[in-house]
Amino acid sequence: MKLVKNEKLHVEEILKDLQHYAPKRRGWHWREPVENLKMGEFTYKEMSKPLAQSESLPSAKYFGNIDPQPRPVITTEIASGRFEDDIRRMRMAVWHGADHIMVIRTAGQSHYDGLIEGTPQGIGGIPITRKQVRAQRKALDLIEEEVGREINYHSYVSGVAGPEIAVMFAEEGVNGAHQDPQYNVLYRNINMIRSFVDAGYAKSVMAFADMAQIDGAHNANATAREAYKVLPELMVQHGLNSVFSVKSGMKKENICLSTVPPTAPPAPSLTLDLPYAVALREFFSEYRMRAQQNTKYMESDTREATVTHVLNLLISELTGADIQSTITPDEGRNVPWNYNNIAAISTAKQAFQGMDGLLSMVELKKEGFLPEKVREIKERAVLFMEEILEAGGYFKAVEDGFFVDSGYYPERNGDGIVRKMDGGLAADTVFEKEEDYFAPVSAFFGYNCVPEGLEKPSDAIGGDTLEIREKIVYIDELDPEDNVEKRLEENRKYFTREHIKPEVEWAGDGVILQTMMLPVDEMTAEAAAVEIGKKMGLLDVEVVHKEVLQEAEGTLVEIKGRVPFSLNAKDLTIQKKPEILSDEEIRKDIEAYPMKIVAGTLGNDEHSVGLREIIDIKHGGIEKYGIESIYLGTSVPVEKLVDAAIESNAEAILASTIISHDNIHYKNLKKLCDTAVEKGVRDKLIILGGGTQIIQELAVESGLDMGFGRGTKGAHVATFLVKKRREMRGEA
Amino acid sequence: MERRKHLEGLSDEELKNRFFSLAEQIVDPMIELSKKSTTPSVERSVLLRMGFSSLEAMDLVNHVLDLGLMGKGAGNVVLKVSERLEKDYLTVGREMAEGKHLDIAKDVFKGDRR
Repeated sequence: MKLVKNEKLHVEEILKDLQHYAPKRRGWHWREPVENLKMGEFTYKEMSKPLAQSESLPSAKYFGNIDPQPRPVITTEIASGRFEDDIRRMRMAVWHGADHIMVIRTAGQSHYDGLIEGTPQGIGGIPITRKQVRAQRKALDLIEEEVGREINYHSYVSGVAGPEIAVMFAEEGVNGAHQDPQYNVLYRNINMIRSFVDAGYAKSVMAFADMAQIDGAHNANATAREAYKVLPELMVQHGLNSVFSVKSGMKKENICLSTVPPTAPPAPSLTLDLPYAVALREFFSEYRMRAQQNTKYMESDTREATVTHVLNLLISELTGADIQSTITPDEGRNVPWNYNNIAAISTAKQAFQGMDGLLSMVELKKEGFLPEKVREIKERAVLFMEEILEAGGYFKAVEDGFFVDSGYYPERNGDGIVRKMDGGLAADTVFEKEEDYFAPVSAFFGYNCVPEGLEKPSDAIGGDTLEIREKIVYIDELDPEDNVEKRLEENRKYFTREHIKPEVEWAGDGVILQTMMLPVDEMTAEAAAVEIGKKMGLLDVEVVHKEVLQEAEGTLVEIKGRVPFSLNAKDLTIQKKPEILSDEEIRKDIEAYPMKIVAGTLGNDEHSVGLREIIDIKHGGIEKYGIESIYLGTSVPVEKLVDAAIESNAEAILASTIISHDNIHYKNLKKLCDTAVEKGVRDKLIILGGGTQIIQELAVESGLDMGFGRGTKGAHVATFLVKKRREMRGEA
Repeated sequence: MERRKHLEGLSDEELKNRFFSLAEQIVDPMIELSKKSTTPSVERSVLLRMGFSSLEAMDLVNHVLDLGLMGKGAGNVVLKVSERLEKDYLTVGREMAEGKHLDIAKDVFKGDRR
């Protein structure tokens, strides 16, 4: 199976024969740096191996559609609850430059003592199961071939079933995972003894599979009342998990610290965030940095979230990041929508492209505030460690509420999270291994009494699943109702052109977003917006964002709602993408039949840039084909355009119009055509209109031969002129 | 900030070394605890690697818990019983998951219990 750029990835094909599918590879993949990468006219200092195929930024069209790929791995988080729909989202994300797909688990899975099987639907994430993991890995194996870069697939080895999940991930070619026992203890209230015992085993399996690990320290940022005060503790949490991981067999270069700039504007965020970022990177120079974006202060404003994220990216650029995580700009208002994954990935890519080579021009100060603050944070972290030992070790420190206290350590506010050694989920489930304890498998941690005569423990069973793949037991489904086949029965039609329906999360969810400015106060606007949504025919209308523009003058409101219908593509009038003749063919035609045109901006319109680009030879305009162009300037009356065409014996009029208030652009274009009719020359003239607000269909309705909108190039216009002339000559 | 007096004289490198040496002192007893202990999840992860399904692993570990044989290792229990029965360990393990041969398991490790 091979993917084709303009064809859908069929979920059915992915699900077919899954029981026999083996992932292509194991282990994490870092991007491959390229020194002095040349792309277009530019030489980049900090980019990596380019992709074979990708979607570049919108403005790339001015730069030959280049799409340089930054060096950090770029993460996107996917959490819709239906893995089959997420596959589509993954492909879109990868095409925009993500190579780390992090799948969020369904609510409550961290408390599930065992593996989940089948493909039940999730909430705020998916139930991570072997079938689902295998299906998504299979899809990513195809997608990575399509774009020409390895894709890292990632989920969670935290929770109460860590060791089992780690084994399943190793078997299924999962490339990275979160694993941090402190996360279990502090945020999931799983018994601390159990969590740390499990961690050793889970981590040694991850080490065997060469998986990258991300820790859980960033959660303190999100949980603490004032995130910028937990900096010393964050260093401690990173330190404990990192050292524990090394001692469980992990390589330092696979241990990634999950770090978040702790604050956001209107706080002077760089003053607070930069020293912390530097301190962390100096202490943990042998480890990897996974830079996460700040979400603590994220509200429903996607613009605000994006600016904060760009500031976070600046810190990544200044201090270094190996993995750049992205958070969708809508996470402050709902479960991430698919196109917002793309928005977040593009934000990271765009910022890194723009900041390429920054540190070859500026550097961080080596004296004064920055290094002094860096030192202070480090010292506070060391003092924190000292106090843990004084208290009698980590478990005692947790019992004493050391962690996630809102004070700036050593200051304490006494509001830390308290857990008891004998408390929490799965307390009393740790057993001491006896002298003859034996586990006949590889990648096993700690004491193991391997019988004499065996070279390695798994020899006792003739090899285990990590060595002999065929030994893995694949379970397809356990629930006859809650599974992917049932869901597809209902929704597969929305994967086709016969049932087109908007989508933000699941196929066929029908959700759309509407933005409106209402010239009333906030509360009135909110009520009005919902009513407007209902009158538009939307279902389940909800306000997702509002912003007071001025208390009395107006409120910006965004609503979401569901469209209650779908469309069939065959009932639609679909414009064809304009065909372009080759330069050579156009030139030949103009040589054989020389052509003259007159052009100008219409009425009271001084916007001439667009028209000049269509005409001027230096912009690749129609002059380059030898078309003689008489440019009459700006704000040309319609009479004058038509008269000039008649006097100069031109074959076409190119009228440009930008201003669109009150539909003035179409009114003027219609007047132009009517004038030509009155003067009896309409049949001899090709009349074309162009401008950013011109829609082909409406232009033709106004009497033009053709209209040209945003993105038009000289070649489009020349192609039309040549073809239309052939038609007039009776050749077409 | 009198508590930081003893850190004042340390170079940045020394401070970093102190940080990691303290981290090791905190982590070491937990690593030791992990090495000498097991849990239901650890045992199920062993059974998975031996070629049992997650459902079988769940049932098997529950039986091993009931038998009080966690300290022996669930995989070990299955192996020893299959040796006694002189049958393939996967077949025996699947039968044990259904509640068979549990008396044999008890017997195999009898007198060997702490």
